[in-house]
Amino acid sequence: MLTIDNLTNEIDGKAILKGLSLAINAGEIHAIMGPNGAGKSTLAYTLGGRPGYAATGGSATFEGRDLFEMEPHERAATGLFLGFQYPVEIPGVSNLQFLRESLNSQRRARGEEALPGGAFIKLAKEKATLLGLDMEMLKRPVNVGFSGGEKKRAEMVQMGILDPRLAILDETDSGLDIDALKTVGAGINAIMRRPDKAVLLITHYQRLLDYVKPDFVHVLAAGRIVKSGGPDLALQLEREGYAEVLAA
Amino acid sequence: MSALALPTRRDEAWRYSDLDAVAALWPTPAPARIDVAAGESAHHHLIQDAADGESAIHDYVVTVADGARCDFHVLNSGGRFGRVTIDVTLGKGSHFELGGAILGGGDQVLEIVTSVTHAQPDATSGQTIRSILAQRATGSYLGKIAVARDAQRTDAFQSVKAMLLDRTATANAKPELEIYADDVKCAHGATVGELDKAALFYMASRGLDPATAKTLLLRSFVAGVFDAVADEAVRERLEAAALAKLETLV
Repeated sequence: MLTIDNLTNEIDGKAILKGLSLAINAGEIHAIMGPNGAGKSTLAYTLGGRPGYAATGGSATFEGRDLFEMEPHERAATGLFLGFQYPVEIPGVSNLQFLRESLNSQRRARGEEALPGGAFIKLAKEKATLLGLDMEMLKRPVNVGFSGGEKKRAEMVQMGILDPRLAILDETDSGLDIDALKTVGAGINAIMRRPDKAVLLITHYQRLLDYVKPDFVHVLAAGRIVKSGGPDLALQLEREGYAEVLAA
Repeated sequence: MSALALPTRRDEAWRYSDLDAVAALWPTPAPARIDVAAGESAHHHLIQDAADGESAIHDYVVTVADGARCDFHVLNSGGRFGRVTIDVTLGKGSHFELGGAILGGGDQVLEIVTSVTHAQPDATSGQTIRSILAQRATGSYLGKIAVARDAQRTDAFQSVKAMLLDRTATANAKPELEIYADDVKCAHGATVGELDKAALFYMASRGLDPATAKTLLLRSFVAGVFDAVADEAVRERLEAAALAKLETLV
């Protein structure tokens, strides 16, 4: 589904990703863990196409297409979803209006018909209930006045409505208390754990992985994947720390 | 200075105008008069949508008698040069409310010039102006508030925000206060900004194409200016005209 080969980039003239390679197949959940400053968020932004985060070398193929040839909104229409560590506030635009326009913009790009208003509201209600987010919150402006936990739940409601093939979730667990973590974890499983979908979880801590079991765990350090393994690797990192595991 | 003398750059109220366009229209006809009788309320609106290359000057003189109210809504978006001036005198305990949008692109020069005189005590006024300017357009708001010596408990505000879509566009905001009473609240705020790049990327990451994303952000920026229009049909006309113009700017 996603193949990243020898990816490099620079942010403000400083090399961040230094030859990162990773392959994700349909039906798989991957976790990338790593110390602060390893390039975790840079990887998410580069794959999402954030301005200023262009690749300087290597390649990424998503659903058989050159990811870097596509604009960010085209990547989304192709099935990529980027969950933000810090979701952006958009005053004056309601969640429902934002999501309906987004979904229909994606459908237009894929040559599909727009979803009628009634069907959209039903879909939004279903996903809000799944994530334990009050429907009233979706009538409010995007992320404005939301707590950290509400923003992350809202991100997952967005993911549920947009129904991507691949979700790249950047520190989706940060700012969540234990109950919210459980709900969000269950939401990710319900929405994304399917044979035709895949997830890349980017996280600092093991705790989200208690609820969303990864098939593969990778350690990102100094701009490269330096170690890969199964779920046990995350437990080992939690127990021994990054320095210990990387030195071994 | 004769009233018929052509204005120059030195006249404060004409500082940012397109003086060639003004010269072609000069002398302008007498201003339209709006007199709101004591205790009455009145609603007025103007959609300035002159054709490309045309110029238009709309002058209003408004008196709002004791305890009366006047709501005025302006969309200034058409022509090479479009100028709307509103000169208001407020009676005791009266209210004047202005909601104005200036939407310009190309080489348009658009301006709203107001002078609100609180002549008597206890009057209130509110002015909300939102400007969106693209390419080489210039949008200006010049707002004077005068408070007479015995106009105590005057409460006036001006909220002026402009959004520049290109670095070559210009927004001018010039509040002017002339206060002779001592128990007075006059608030004014002015900001000039650009579209939020973080919001644009966030919207793109959800699949919104750039034109739709920009239009959504700009609509939310001007939303509110016409919210208070009492007549629904008028509000829809103002909003539809504003949206149609916005779509030409993104």
